[in-house]
Amino acid sequence: MIDEILARLKQKHRTVPFPFKNIKLSDRYNGFPEIKNPPSPKIEDVIKICPVDALINHDGKLKLDMGLCIFCGKCSKKFPEYIKFTKDYSLSVSKREDLIISEDFHKKSVILREEIYKLFGRSLKLRQVSAGGCNACEADCNVLSTPFFDMARFGISFVASPRHADGILITGPVTKNMHLALRKTYDAVSEPKIVIAVGACAISGGIYRGLEQIKGIDSDIKIDLFIPGCPPHPMTILDGLLRFIGKIKK
Amino acid sequence: MDFLVLNTNDIKVLNSDEFIKEISKNIEKGFRVISYFGLSKGEGKTHLFISFLSTDKKIIVFSTIADKMPSLALKYPLLHIFEREIMESTGFVFENHPCPNPVRYSKEESAAVGRFFQVKGEEIHEVAVGPVHAGVIEPGHFRFQCFGENVFNLQIELGFQHRGIEKALINGPDKKTLHFMETAAGDTTIGHSWTYHKIIEALSDKKISDKALIIRGISLELERMANHIGDLGALSGDVAYLPTASYCGRIRGDVLNTTALICGNRFGRGLISYSGVNFEIDDIKNQLIDRIENIFNDADNAVSLLWKKRSVMDRFENTGIVAKKEALDLGLVGPAARASGVKYDLRSFFKLKPYENYEDDLEKLNLRGDVFSRAYVRWNEVKKSYNLIKNWLKNIDNGEVKTKEEISQLKPNSFAIALTEGWRGEITHTCLTDDRGKFLIYKIKDPSFNNWHGLSIALRRGQISDFPLCNKSFNLSYCGNDL
Repeated sequence: MIDEILARLKQKHRTVPFPFKNIKLSDRYNGFPEIKNPPSPKIEDVIKICPVDALINHDGKLKLDMGLCIFCGKCSKKFPEYIKFTKDYSLSVSKREDLIISEDFHKKSVILREEIYKLFGRSLKLRQVSAGGCNACEADCNVLSTPFFDMARFGISFVASPRHADGILITGPVTKNMHLALRKTYDAVSEPKIVIAVGACAISGGIYRGLEQIKGIDSDIKIDLFIPGCPPHPMTILDGLLRFIGKIKK
Repeated sequence: MDFLVLNTNDIKVLNSDEFIKEISKNIEKGFRVISYFGLSKGEGKTHLFISFLSTDKKIIVFSTIADKMPSLALKYPLLHIFEREIMESTGFVFENHPCPNPVRYSKEESAAVGRFFQVKGEEIHEVAVGPVHAGVIEPGHFRFQCFGENVFNLQIELGFQHRGIEKALINGPDKKTLHFMETAAGDTTIGHSWTYHKIIEALSDKKISDKALIIRGISLELERMANHIGDLGALSGDVAYLPTASYCGRIRGDVLNTTALICGNRFGRGLISYSGVNFEIDDIKNQLIDRIENIFNDADNAVSLLWKKRSVMDRFENTGIVAKKEALDLGLVGPAARASGVKYDLRSFFKLKPYENYEDDLEKLNLRGDVFSRAYVRWNEVKKSYNLIKNWLKNIDNGEVKTKEEISQLKPNSFAIALTEGWRGEITHTCLTDDRGKFLIYKIKDPSFNNWHGLSIALRRGQISDFPLCNKSFNLSYCGNDL
């Protein structure tokens, strides 16, 4: 017993004081992108560089789809004058179209819904389903239960069965072979239920978009929260979840 | 060397009898099968390529063209999964294969129905788990045949994660190729992207600076530390010993954040690039040294609690034993094989830069293939990784980290193979290029592909309640297997 107590003293209290204090991520971290519109003839050169075609030429306007973006930073490295990744890790939104950004776009955030706040504001239990995820998004969800992030102090936790859950959190592009299992898990959650898509794969297919084995989330499953990234930083996920249930309002 | 490039025409094409004889001869000599795949030739014919790693560090490749062949899986169980994969991806037939189940179910809509080995009898019951598991974990299906509490057989059916990566790699490299490699198994990003770069660098005669190799080494060892520490914590959680479980969960994050210090991403995405690495570490060297020092001290403190706790050791010891012979027969790799006493680690086997001074010390550890051994081997590797990183950081010199931006033209009509010791063990990538220097076929072999059957064997004399513990002690990749 004495060993455990000594270890406890040595390991100290390390839980992040977020959301009362913001934490600083690596100086090399790629967060929310800022865009400056290039002259029209240049746009084609810029969008060509993106490995997942997240950059779009929309009638002479450069747009970036954060739902597809894997934040590899290739574009900002080659064209720093047009695209810059900031250190802002708060990326989550409530609507798919809010992920598509351009120069004159104002950053959108999660819209707090009254019924969500009333039902889940103090307790949100989620069933995580990995449907073709590479284990990076899964790992960054898992880590939220460790003492550093300690998501449970906000009333949020992952549960073992969809029957115990208020909703599902999906990672991965949804492969053909996981399509049915995802559907059954979704159906097993009782109403009212919510759906959260974590990572570029779940939101849009990401790198895997368009491959023969990829089905994607069925269109009749309504997604309530989009958390982009490849994988999203755990702080991005935590920030998104806390905004979703109204623990962060600004 | 840990890679080999050949002109495809220089690879011996044997007839199937000679091919079988040659395979037997090499396996009997104790050579390892590192890659075995088929390329459809049309008209029902398949060109089979098999590669061995000889005990004197040579890679041996030979091939045959045929439409069917007797299966060698019963004689050499390590071939069974390769044969299954070849049957599934090419339509080639291995006659009398003992378990010709698909590996990835790529041709059907839904997976794993009614293809199970069953034990019959009044007191037998069957337990099915997955694909959606209780934890935050990837999907797979496990089917236990139990007699009372005892597990007679565990069948593991995977394929749920199948995304079709190998198919998407054909005609590469293109701008997506690297990202497929980095996400083949997201927790082994560095392992797979390094192996991929070995392939394309070998196919374009590109040499890497010592400094870039060291940075690659640091990131690979950080990946190893992160996963081993995380799993030691998870093992502790599985036996309900919470102190180590909670400390290691956090410490694992500290290691990932150290990788993020180098490249901005916790999993090392974008760290390795063609001809070197994308990031300089001169300005963060001292920070890295401090961090790695703190991480190791914390981990040492947290993990050493395990070995002293009798209730933990009681669950770890003699649970899920894989004997050395079984490990060799099944061709297990990585820490799982080493825990059974198989001395096979590509780092000490080749001793190539930056691992020129790396030594195994398995003999000292008194291993016997149980959960304890797998946990202890992994802790021992954390210690060794820490020492490697510390020494590299002390001795790293100035120099370029990257010499070329764009990938050069790859050699046409070539066969290339490369190996890396990832944290789960031997990673092999093999490819053939066509006459334009584009990938005709690209095969990825994650260590999980060899090791899943080891988990099944570990459970054979155990109980279902041992499963989480055994599973975590292996911690195999689902997506790395399913691709």
